[in-house]
Amino acid sequence: MTTIRVLVGTAKGAFVATATGDRQDWQVQGPLFGGWEVYHLKGSPVDPDRVWAAPSTGWHGQVVQRSDDGARTWTPVGNEFAYRGPTGTHQSYDGTPHSWDFARVWHLEPSPTDVDTVFAGVEDAGLFRSTDGGSTWQELDALRTHATADTWQPGAGGLCLHTILIDPGNPDRMYVAISAAGAFRTDDGGDSWLPINTGLQSGHLPDEDATVGHCVHNLAMHPTRPDTVFMQKHWDVMRTDDAGGVWHEISGDLPSDFGFPVAVDPNDPETVFVVPITSDSEHYPPDGALRVARSRTGGGEWELLTEGLPQQHAYGNVLRDAMAVDLMDPCGVYVGTTDGAVYASRDGGDRWSPILEHLPRVLSVEVQTIP
Amino acid sequence: MSRTVRVGLPHHLRTLAGTGRETVVSVGDAPTIGEVLDALEAAHPALRGTIRDHETGRRRPFMRWFACEEDLSHEPADTPLPREVVDGDEPFRILGAIAGG
Repeated sequence: MTTIRVLVGTAKGAFVATATGDRQDWQVQGPLFGGWEVYHLKGSPVDPDRVWAAPSTGWHGQVVQRSDDGARTWTPVGNEFAYRGPTGTHQSYDGTPHSWDFARVWHLEPSPTDVDTVFAGVEDAGLFRSTDGGSTWQELDALRTHATADTWQPGAGGLCLHTILIDPGNPDRMYVAISAAGAFRTDDGGDSWLPINTGLQSGHLPDEDATVGHCVHNLAMHPTRPDTVFMQKHWDVMRTDDAGGVWHEISGDLPSDFGFPVAVDPNDPETVFVVPITSDSEHYPPDGALRVARSRTGGGEWELLTEGLPQQHAYGNVLRDAMAVDLMDPCGVYVGTTDGAVYASRDGGDRWSPILEHLPRVLSVEVQTIP
Repeated sequence: MSRTVRVGLPHHLRTLAGTGRETVVSVGDAPTIGEVLDALEAAHPALRGTIRDHETGRRRPFMRWFACEEDLSHEPADTPLPREVVDGDEPFRILGAIAGG
């Protein structure tokens, strides 16, 4: 019998909600790591019992926790994220040089092929990899030492590497996104990186279509179409069909094209989900109504999904890692809000219901589909 | 010759290390602040990086250490522990600054 496991990171701990494939009755475990700020948790596609978590606190900094029994028990593993070689400078908010300084892990991406290999996207922007089950971490420093790196500047959340997509058919190809440097691609396992921002336009830049400097909020890819990537940018929802060679806008009739997460339906590579947010000055849904937008045409035309979602006085944001889809057909869609709710749909977004409420601020939502 | 000293830990470090409010660590005859922190991290590797910076060994900004009603946070690592701590009458207290959470 299929099991669905939803992993929720919050500002004060993590929660795990589990249901069978009908996704009706949810059993909740937590808080795990109570009091820790858990930016992200994610399960291994190779072994669903292997789950990673990235708790941090202001007092103690970053730790990494690993479970080998499906998020029931946890063991702290290595937490030394040392940038490799000399660290140069990036730009501070005011444009002055600022030394690279590790702050936290934003995203953990387990390898699609090896259970002991996991990638970590960190702030200040860098990509680390562990190949020994999290005991030690090595930086893939070709990204941080890219020729453009001294021009990168932080977004409002910091200079963070928050998105890592790995092509399951060719793990040497990866996409990453950094706020506010933009999107990058490697075809050689991280030895070299190409900025892939052609077609993006960002009003906060002196040169609106610059090579780097774009505040990319999130990327999503269907595993069978690794050349097609969807992007929620600071403003604008974008799409590329040539692995980032050029992006074109697919915001279409969205009520707002500002937002954070983007996801693709595993059953249809042309079905895409985003969550419209009012603006970069007003980080809450337009009109106080939480609506998930779904396009079945690969963008451009969007329908607003509202049934079961709060349609008045809803001012929670959905952060970039706080939307996930399961692998069922129709797929389940899960969104977590900064006002502490996790909503689930088990019919591809048509109808929703809360599976968790009154949590601390939700920072991330991931889901495992376990046969 | 070695001896043990008592170390008080804050909540999050207790859960990481799997200890109670206090743990004991083995040190030499003339233990220093640095030695007791080294011994603590050796006994509980999960605490590495959570009290002192991995690379520089410097105290994390929101960590403090007290003993015998004195703030020792700004003392050098080679500062000898107070006699009461060495004798086991008082703990060496590691705690989070009130601003750190």
